[in-house]
Amino acid sequence: MSDKSPIIEIRNVSKRFGKVTAVDDVSLDIEPGEFFVLLGPSGCGKTTLLRMIAGFELPTEGQILIDGQDMAHVPPNRRPVNMVFQSYAVFPHMSVADNVAYGLKIAGVGRGEREERVREALELVKLGGFEARMPDQMSGGQRQRVALARSLVMRPKVLLLDEPLSALDAKLRAQMQFELADLQDQVGITFVTVTHDQDEALSMANRIGVMHKGDLAQLATPADLYEYPANRFVADFVGSVNIFEGTLSVDEPDRAAVDCPGVGKIFLNHGVTGPHGADVWVALRPEKIYLHVPGQGKAVTAAAQDAPDGHNFARGQITGMSYLGDITLYDIKLDGGETIRVSRPNLSRHDQDDFTWDDRVSMHWRADSPVVLLS
Amino acid sequence: MAEQDWKEDKKAFWAVSASPLLWTVLFFLLPMSFVWLYSFGSNVGLTEIEISGTLDNYKRATQWLYLSIFLKSFGVAAIVTVLCLIIGFPVAMALTFASEKWRPWLLLGIMLPFWTNLLIRTYALMIMLGSNGYANKAMGWLWDGASWIKTLVGLQPLPTWEPVQLLYNNLAVVLGLVYVHLPFMVLPLYSALDRLDKSLIEASLDLGAGHLRTLLKVVVPLAMPGVMAGVMITLIPALGAYLTPDLMGGTESQMIANVIERQFKRANDWPFGAALSFLLIYAMFILIALQGLRRKNGKEAH
Repeated sequence: MSDKSPIIEIRNVSKRFGKVTAVDDVSLDIEPGEFFVLLGPSGCGKTTLLRMIAGFELPTEGQILIDGQDMAHVPPNRRPVNMVFQSYAVFPHMSVADNVAYGLKIAGVGRGEREERVREALELVKLGGFEARMPDQMSGGQRQRVALARSLVMRPKVLLLDEPLSALDAKLRAQMQFELADLQDQVGITFVTVTHDQDEALSMANRIGVMHKGDLAQLATPADLYEYPANRFVADFVGSVNIFEGTLSVDEPDRAAVDCPGVGKIFLNHGVTGPHGADVWVALRPEKIYLHVPGQGKAVTAAAQDAPDGHNFARGQITGMSYLGDITLYDIKLDGGETIRVSRPNLSRHDQDDFTWDDRVSMHWRADSPVVLLS
Repeated sequence: MAEQDWKEDKKAFWAVSASPLLWTVLFFLLPMSFVWLYSFGSNVGLTEIEISGTLDNYKRATQWLYLSIFLKSFGVAAIVTVLCLIIGFPVAMALTFASEKWRPWLLLGIMLPFWTNLLIRTYALMIMLGSNGYANKAMGWLWDGASWIKTLVGLQPLPTWEPVQLLYNNLAVVLGLVYVHLPFMVLPLYSALDRLDKSLIEASLDLGAGHLRTLLKVVVPLAMPGVMAGVMITLIPALGAYLTPDLMGGTESQMIANVIERQFKRANDWPFGAALSFLLIYAMFILIALQGLRRKNGKEAH
């Protein structure tokens, strides 16, 4: 196995169930050692794609290669991948040790080595000493660890995880996000995870493939996905965002401007290379907007001076707010008529008292904050 | 009015459960206890029975002549149950994995015989199995065909086809009982398999197991409650089968229910028939108790 070639190659894969197209001509390479996440809303085809890699579904068209080998005629039990199921699928009639040893027994691994590897795998997932437990005596989180150990003990080339954290409560989920990333680091196996949860994807992945209606909407690192979404769907699905429709009025190599009715002119400090006068969309993240009391923003408006052709500046009135502890969200009706959402970290304990309903506010944002979307 | 939990309201409880309880007492427990009392009685005159507390009926019922029929009935019922299980398991699997579109129709196919009178079904089966029936005709046709092919390649033709005796023997009884009881086996198996998390099967395949190993190590063990329910629900009525051995069996394929029937009717010996009946009921109770014990142990072992 050469280190450079992708471990999984998905070439023009489509999957149709009757008249429904679940996956539509997707091509995608996954590199060895990568933590790859397929992200998308339910019904976007991400699970179908994962199941095609595992071999539980066959592509209607296209080809899947694992480690350079065409998988078209390789059944699931012969593929060098293992899967952690959404329901964990821990065998309820077998002890933890028997669950983990199941695949090794089939592979013909001798008793001595088998016991050693089972012990190691359980230690890896922090379940040392749980060998004799039955699954119905364990919590959901523990059962998931059994499922992880049962797959990892097989030393697969790729570990597939179907919504691995969806059944856990919020606290445990956050903890498992870190643990999974750690674990992947430790074992060096390629992980391919399916999730609908953007936080999960952003925190664990090296690279994310966002799926939308069977298409691959964008393929990028977490930071690129968040900061440079390719289209409205990605911008909206990953994180929260203000999206304004407008026309591209200025488009030069070092600056651009979009006329957004209801907001005003939005300036950018880079070119867009879109057709002049075209209908475009501007995406602006709520946390990238600075909020201040009208007339008191002299110092901060100076920061907006880096907009070459004017200031990204607006005024409005707070029509709604929601205090979330670490941040507060404000819905502000701009004087132009549009509503914009702004988030503001509560840096000191009494920050939440600063702005409230019906307050007049002004705001600005840097010229490198807005993203122009063509679709 | 204050809100009240109806489960804790004694009046509501009795209002709901009184009528089924009354029904059970009046039409099941009461008549059965008369039969039970008869089993300790003896005939005095043609229609009068004196309940004398004698154990003679039971002594007679445990004679080898009757005991052997009991044992034989058990044997037949056991064979029928095993055959139903062997045939029923793949049928239940097929039902479980059938597409949403087909499943209701397949289930209907399983249920359909329930809506037809047992007597008619048995006679219909007898038409098929008779010496001039379609089963024999089909076999004869195949035999002739084989014979014709042999002559075609220059070999001696087969001797003339002799119809096989398919009715009025033990085999016919087993066949008939399997035919009647198969749905009883299939339905609990199907319900157990349907509840099985399908990703367990996929997990087994994913870990390298073939289909046969997955079946034996994952599907069958997890379907065990359904298997046990199917076995009980098949074994018990098969043990007390009356119509099928009566119509399809020969003189040597009597089952215990046929013997009991003869006591009540032709022999007019109700006390003895009652004793035989209750021996059969006791046997069933023991079976159910054993099954209950097994389940309890199974739960404690976990």
